[in-house]
Amino acid sequence: MITRFFLTLITALFLVIPASFAGDWSKIKIGTEGAYPPWNGTNAAGELEGAEIDLIADLCARMNAECEIVAQDWDGIIPALQNGKYDAIIAGMSITEERMKVINFSQGYANEPASFSVMKSSSLAGLQASGKVNMDSLDSASTALIDALKSSLSGKVVGVQGSTTHENFVKQVLGDSVTMKSYDTQLNLELDLIAGRIDALLSDKGSMEEFMGTDKGKDVVFIGPNLGGGPFGAGVGAGLRKADTDLLKMINKAIDEARADGTLAKHFTKWFGKDISM
Amino acid sequence: MELELLALGDNGWGDEMLRATLVTLMVSLSAMGIGLFISIFGTISKLSKKKYVRILADTYTTVIRGIPELLVIYLLFFGGSNAVMGLAKLFGYYGYIELNAFVIGSFAVGAISGAYSTEVMRGAFLSVPIGQIDAAKSVGMSKLLIFIRITAPQVLRYALPGLGNVWQLTLKDTALIMVTGLVEIMRQAHVASGSTYSPFTFYVAAAFLYLILTTFSNRIFNRLESWGNRGVRRE
Amino acid sequence: MNYELMIETFPKLLMGSYITIQLVTISLFIGLFLAVGLALLRLSSNSFLIFFAKTYIFYFRGTPLLVQIFLIYYGIGQFESVRESVFWVFFKEAYWCGILALTLNTCAYSSEIIRGGIQSVPLGQIESAKSTGMSRFLLYRRIILPIAFRQALPAYGNEMILMVKATSLVSTITIMDITGIARLVIAKTFSPVEIFIVAGLIYLTINFAVTRLVSFCEYKLTPHLRYNE
Repeated sequence: MITRFFLTLITALFLVIPASFAGDWSKIKIGTEGAYPPWNGTNAAGELEGAEIDLIADLCARMNAECEIVAQDWDGIIPALQNGKYDAIIAGMSITEERMKVINFSQGYANEPASFSVMKSSSLAGLQASGKVNMDSLDSASTALIDALKSSLSGKVVGVQGSTTHENFVKQVLGDSVTMKSYDTQLNLELDLIAGRIDALLSDKGSMEEFMGTDKGKDVVFIGPNLGGGPFGAGVGAGLRKADTDLLKMINKAIDEARADGTLAKHFTKWFGKDISM
Repeated sequence: MELELLALGDNGWGDEMLRATLVTLMVSLSAMGIGLFISIFGTISKLSKKKYVRILADTYTTVIRGIPELLVIYLLFFGGSNAVMGLAKLFGYYGYIELNAFVIGSFAVGAISGAYSTEVMRGAFLSVPIGQIDAAKSVGMSKLLIFIRITAPQVLRYALPGLGNVWQLTLKDTALIMVTGLVEIMRQAHVASGSTYSPFTFYVAAAFLYLILTTFSNRIFNRLESWGNRGVRRE
Repeated sequence: MNYELMIETFPKLLMGSYITIQLVTISLFIGLFLAVGLALLRLSSNSFLIFFAKTYIFYFRGTPLLVQIFLIYYGIGQFESVRESVFWVFFKEAYWCGILALTLNTCAYSSEIIRGGIQSVPLGQIESAKSTGMSRFLLYRRIILPIAFRQALPAYGNEMILMVKATSLVSTITIMDITGIARLVIAKTFSPVEIFIVAGLIYLTINFAVTRLVSFCEYKLTPHLRYNE
């Protein structure tokens, strides 16, 4: 009886298995977060929208593939790719060495600097939003900018989205001088900045500018320099399983084409109000 | 509360929330079904004469009831496909096997629900008076007939109140499968509150929808219980 | 399965169990006191008090804890009037929001358990206590509540285990309990299965300890049921 039960269980598991074969890329599943506007958000009709959603449709047309978009929480987005829940991640994910250890990346298609944001009324708002720091080549001027950030943020509560390059930067560069809080989504992070639970947050500028354009986010301002390079990685690209080198070639080719005829720039200009494609 | 956010149609989230309620209900029903299916075998195993079968069933209920539901769901979500793929390889099938969020969610909550149902069913089985079974045997009933006429009807009656509790538990546990990306009430509220920056409105709406589901199903279970007890003498 | 990683992660997650145990102990402790009060309201003869208790229990048992946590943390934080009031000192901290949600939740469930315990106290015992001239307060302190607690203990033990498991949900509002730390480690290592198995083992151990503790209390509270010693 019991043995038969386990046999039935296994058979039952097989009944629910629609399979997609590796190597046949006429159907591709793309994982995205859907909570990171204007990269990828969700509108009141319950549909995904954003620069990357347009980009996905564009790239899939170029690859002659039928694409299905799968929404996935950010903190499980890489493990779910490895598990085969989808075949590629297009979700504002920066190309970093840490992630390259477990997955492959396409060439970068966009690049947007990171910056700290605070409320206008905060004492931190005095720190001027200017300058540019490339963490790959730190000169004395940029070291001074980072030191200024460090000393003003010292003892403050800084929020980041978990499992992001921003979290890595706060851990590595600010370390124990601040209290770091990690959030599941960028949107909850923004909510807690206006609620005053965190003194500052670190994120990419594009998504913050979107928030600053809303009624709730109108009192938020940037502080300190634009940050890039180093822990922030080399631009945003599509994440793929290491084994799928053929899909990697296809996506890289499609990105090349989209860049060459100007549609790549068009998608990002439409949603960000500026061209952040690369 | 900004009620206009809950409007129906493409400008409000009302219709999305209602659709999500339907998904919650569907997932709960299939999870409960899977749980009941598991509980039949769980009960038989727990009452088995073979020691290793009993230990297997005890381990299942102890582990599932001892670790947080969220972890069970995460483990099945991230490990489930791999386990299924591993099994498939044993049968000579090498390919990606994907289980969608609905299936994973139903099985994860079903596994949790099954552990609790098993305990309820076992208790119900043991409360059938042994004298009745002896009496049935003495009039020459076969084993199958005893099960159909004597054991099964009473087990169902004894188990109903407990199963009602398990159903409520199952319904509320489906809120956790938002982490798998399935758009049920909780995930829809989470997404909507993020997009509109109005968490209060959407979590109150979510609470309200769950209350409707729990109240409504409570009624049904009460009906069933009084129907099941219709032949029982009141003292 | 990467066993090395699992062993490496174990001490990190163990650090998180400190917060988990803290959350469980504080909310169970406060929750129990409130639950006794709520059970007494529910059993009172004032229809308004009964209505209040019933509504409270209905709401907290009818909705998922996750909704309650999000409502208290993100929902209440949305209002400027709250943020400008004295209560903000409390609601500002994720830790206290977590404690509040867990306490209010366990209070609803425990009050029903305690009510069951109180109702199971044999009427004869209450009558004989009254006949010796005990005051109402003394009656509750000496007779009803001790017997009710003893009756309710097995069910309350289950509630304690449910609470240990429930604390894992506060990891969604930035609290670094066992599950919170597990998520942090997964962000670095991208191996959720291994890490969550280790976390699961720690929860199982805590719950095993709780079960032992409850059966020890049961043993101590029922000397009259022990025959041969």
